[in-house]
Amino acid sequence: MGEFRMPSLGADMESGTLVEWRVEVGDAVTQGQVVAEVETDKGLIEIEIFESGIVDEIVAQAGDVVPVGAVLARIGTGASRPAAKVVREPAAARPEPSSLPGAAAERQTAPQGAPPRASLTPAVGPLAPRPASRPAVSPRARKRAAELGVQLERVTGSGIDGAVTTADVERAAAPAGGSQKGAAAPAAAKSPRDYKAAMRGAIAAAMTRSKREIPHYYLSTQIDMSRALSWLETINQARPMTERLLYSVLLLRAVALAARKVPEMNGHWLDNAFKPAADVHVGVAISLRSGGLVAPALHDVDKQALDQLMPKLLDLVKRVRAGVMRSSEVSDATITVTSVGEQGVDTVYGVIYPPQVAIVGFGKIREKPWIAGGRVSARPLITATLSADHRASDGHRGGLFLTAIDHLLQEPERL
Amino acid sequence: MSREQLRQVVRDALAAVAPEIDFDTLDSSEDLRQQCDLDSVDFYNVVLAIHASTGLEIPEVDYPKLATIDHCLDYLAAKESMK
Repeated sequence: MGEFRMPSLGADMESGTLVEWRVEVGDAVTQGQVVAEVETDKGLIEIEIFESGIVDEIVAQAGDVVPVGAVLARIGTGASRPAAKVVREPAAARPEPSSLPGAAAERQTAPQGAPPRASLTPAVGPLAPRPASRPAVSPRARKRAAELGVQLERVTGSGIDGAVTTADVERAAAPAGGSQKGAAAPAAAKSPRDYKAAMRGAIAAAMTRSKREIPHYYLSTQIDMSRALSWLETINQARPMTERLLYSVLLLRAVALAARKVPEMNGHWLDNAFKPAADVHVGVAISLRSGGLVAPALHDVDKQALDQLMPKLLDLVKRVRAGVMRSSEVSDATITVTSVGEQGVDTVYGVIYPPQVAIVGFGKIREKPWIAGGRVSARPLITATLSADHRASDGHRGGLFLTAIDHLLQEPERL
Repeated sequence: MSREQLRQVVRDALAAVAPEIDFDTLDSSEDLRQQCDLDSVDFYNVVLAIHASTGLEIPEVDYPKLATIDHCLDYLAAKESMK
């Protein structure tokens, strides 16, 4: 029997607030499945489970502040439980606080302590039966629910097929306003200002550590993108509009394949030694319009074709924009790519995200004079930079890595 | 679709990609990508969302015609009328 614990989603994370379970006692879960949502300094994170089995016991409840490493649920084979149905009912209705002393102490207020919400019945009756099949909840509505401390299972959706919308969440939160808000909102609603401050704090901690501990070296090269762009134009013309490729995915793929050739760029510096990573999970730096920056991992970029990666990149960016990441995306990156230059600047030298050892920066593609075979012509050029950890590699290897990226982009059909 | 419906389509498409942007405060004659700080992945997500709700094919070469909200609406209305 396994214990499913609160994962560490960053070196500075001490605890997370459990926002919602996506599974119940008796449910079968498979490795990699999103089973819960946790609120952290980095925003709302969907927590994936690392083993397959049956949910035997749910230990932490929505609203609990759970320390990193504390048990969230117990996962078994299901064989030891005599009657799953009997267990499931009270778990869903949740009549009593958790029996675990640790969890009970962390709990701020039991949902039952909330005052009656007369104006909202039956939509959010405190003991409204949970629908058999869980309706969809938009990521934005989830984020809003976390901010307002609204328990999603108590909200009746008004969207398509009962989907819960942001408006539903806000309606559900409304009567809990004023002096009662604290009692009705166990998820400890943080204001946008709090999130901003927490995000800045997390970035400050990581970047200060990086500049204090990592001896960066920096390299730069200009890459002719004309072959890559004309190849993209040709294949996109022949495709349905939902299957287009963007040049960003070419860059990510080229970095991942180059990282296979020069493995000193791909991995982590831990315990005074470089630990190369077996897989290439590329952190994609995404700046948030509300302020701050995240770099969630796109998994196995070296092993997937461009056609497989493109929809995953689109989905990742969309989810991050909506404020929702998955736990594996937060913690798995083995190297990072930043394209902050796309909106204007020519060159970006990244700061390595510890304990990673390299970050590749891409600037804006610009048409510039280019000399080839003694002739000057206008070409779309991009400046690729590398910031790498001198403890893990030397400049010569870094140069080979950047050159490999260039060569890969000259043969886009092989990416 | 009426122009007002198309406007709603663009509003919804943008809301999915850039939820923190208040559509009503945007200048409909200003460059959309600059105003909303949309990179190429964001912009493609917007185009895909418009396609999903209208069924209209929007070839890449037409992207410059989607530069502002006004241009978007003109372009989509013209496409609609050709259906």
